[in-house]
Amino acid sequence: MRLRFIFGEVFNGLRRNTTMALSVVLVTFVSLMFVGAAALTQMQIDQLKDDWYGKVEISIFLCPESSRNEQCAEGPVTVAQEDDIRAVLEDGALQDLVQKVYYESREEAYEKFVANDDEGIWSSLTPEQMQPSFRVKLADPEQYQVVADATEGLPGVDVVRDQREIFSELFRFLNAATVIAAALAIVMLIAAMLLITTTIRLSALSRRRETQIMRMVGSSRSLIQMPFMLEGAVAATGGALLAIAGLFFGVRYMIDDWLKSSVTWVQYIGAQDVWNVAPWLLVIAVGLAAVASLVTLGRYTRA
Amino acid sequence: MIRLDNATKVYKRGARPALDSVSVEIERGDFVFLVGSSGSGKSTFLKLILREERPTGGDVYVAGRHLNKLSAWRVPHLRREIGAVFQDFRLLPNKTVYQNVAFALQVIGKSRHHIQSTVPEMLDLVGLSGKERRMPHELSGGEQQRVAIARAFVNHPPILLCDEPTGNLDPGTSVGIMRLLDRINRTGTTVLMATHDDEIVDQMRKRVIELRGGELVRDQDRGVYGLERV
Repeated sequence: MRLRFIFGEVFNGLRRNTTMALSVVLVTFVSLMFVGAAALTQMQIDQLKDDWYGKVEISIFLCPESSRNEQCAEGPVTVAQEDDIRAVLEDGALQDLVQKVYYESREEAYEKFVANDDEGIWSSLTPEQMQPSFRVKLADPEQYQVVADATEGLPGVDVVRDQREIFSELFRFLNAATVIAAALAIVMLIAAMLLITTTIRLSALSRRRETQIMRMVGSSRSLIQMPFMLEGAVAATGGALLAIAGLFFGVRYMIDDWLKSSVTWVQYIGAQDVWNVAPWLLVIAVGLAAVASLVTLGRYTRA
Repeated sequence: MIRLDNATKVYKRGARPALDSVSVEIERGDFVFLVGSSGSGKSTFLKLILREERPTGGDVYVAGRHLNKLSAWRVPHLRREIGAVFQDFRLLPNKTVYQNVAFALQVIGKSRHHIQSTVPEMLDLVGLSGKERRMPHELSGGEQQRVAIARAFVNHPPILLCDEPTGNLDPGTSVGIMRLLDRINRTGTTVLMATHDDEIVDQMRKRVIELRGGELVRDQDRGVYGLERV
């Protein structure tokens, strides 16, 4: 009986207050869309980090024939110097940080270089002009700085480069995008909360007679308040479902159908990630409605 | 059934009390008129019993409960033992006669079976059999008040509070309502009725409690509306 009563009241309330309910649905939809977009952007960043950091290496370029770098004033790197550097990487304190060390000789560097030079622009280069290097794969890519500090300045080392630097700008951009999305989401969530508050208030006012009689005949406070709370929750959940659908189709059409075919060298997030975010969006929607009801109802349906 | 011990209610600090140290005891099955001019404290009296207000001084006991100490979440249980009828009927305009009465049972969680057997009985008692499907606006004032009484009494509360139940009705209709209240009283229900209707009070010859300026000035068995006219 009670359940039937509650759901009947919720349905009636939503029907009587369609425009307000609809505006709650739409505002929650947009705000949760921003929340979801921010979360998905972060997931994309994590995915890229996993993907790229696994591949990147530190390159320790050794002194070539002629270099303007002061460190290389004594001429090209000697075999003894190379052995010393290798010893630092493989045996010393860095042992645990380094996964693998490759040596790339002048000739190898030259071959790679020529292989990538399809148009023959650099055909005048000779192997002697190339720099030999150590390519270091790290056990933990985040520990780059430690390795760089330990090797930079060793005799025979020209310059130490971390390939991560190439990506860091992109990540900074994506992080900024996340912050903007999150900020917009917060503003929209506040708007959604205020709207839910107003909706509940209107609904409570329009059903004053009913609630008055309910109080009079002794129905419990929870039964009086439940329909209003559920009304807000139902509308907010509707918004959340729309947001989930929006994110799903966004990922589907923007990423799966478009980016994946045009920019192929990136690992993208997929529909599965949307499903991972979805429960949280629902939780936020219901939580939002709950907070708004608690703030409002105490005043309008007192015992 | 209802007991006030030096009950005092002051709404605003420093203002004249709306109810000033009133002590009254109403037994189970009593029929009591509460009389007094506007502002004499009748409404406050009823509000204290319904626990819509708490006394600022003294004690209020209703149906075995000490209302001063009654926590907010127990209040609904108190209200289930008190039926309330008002001058303005307070029916739900978009519900039928039957639905209006059933509503009172629905919202305290009674089963559908219970509602289906109790509501027709109650409509029969108040003389509205055959009008179950009417809407409130299709009924006369007297009939609307009968619906309100049916709603107040459908859960068989031991106490029935009536706040000017005949205030909007013509004298002929009022007599019908009073007969109904008398009948309910004879089932053992305590009836407390606040009223301005001197004819009814004089006719019924029941106990009369009179308030003036928040003070109890008369408590008389088989009394009349105004003493001075006797």
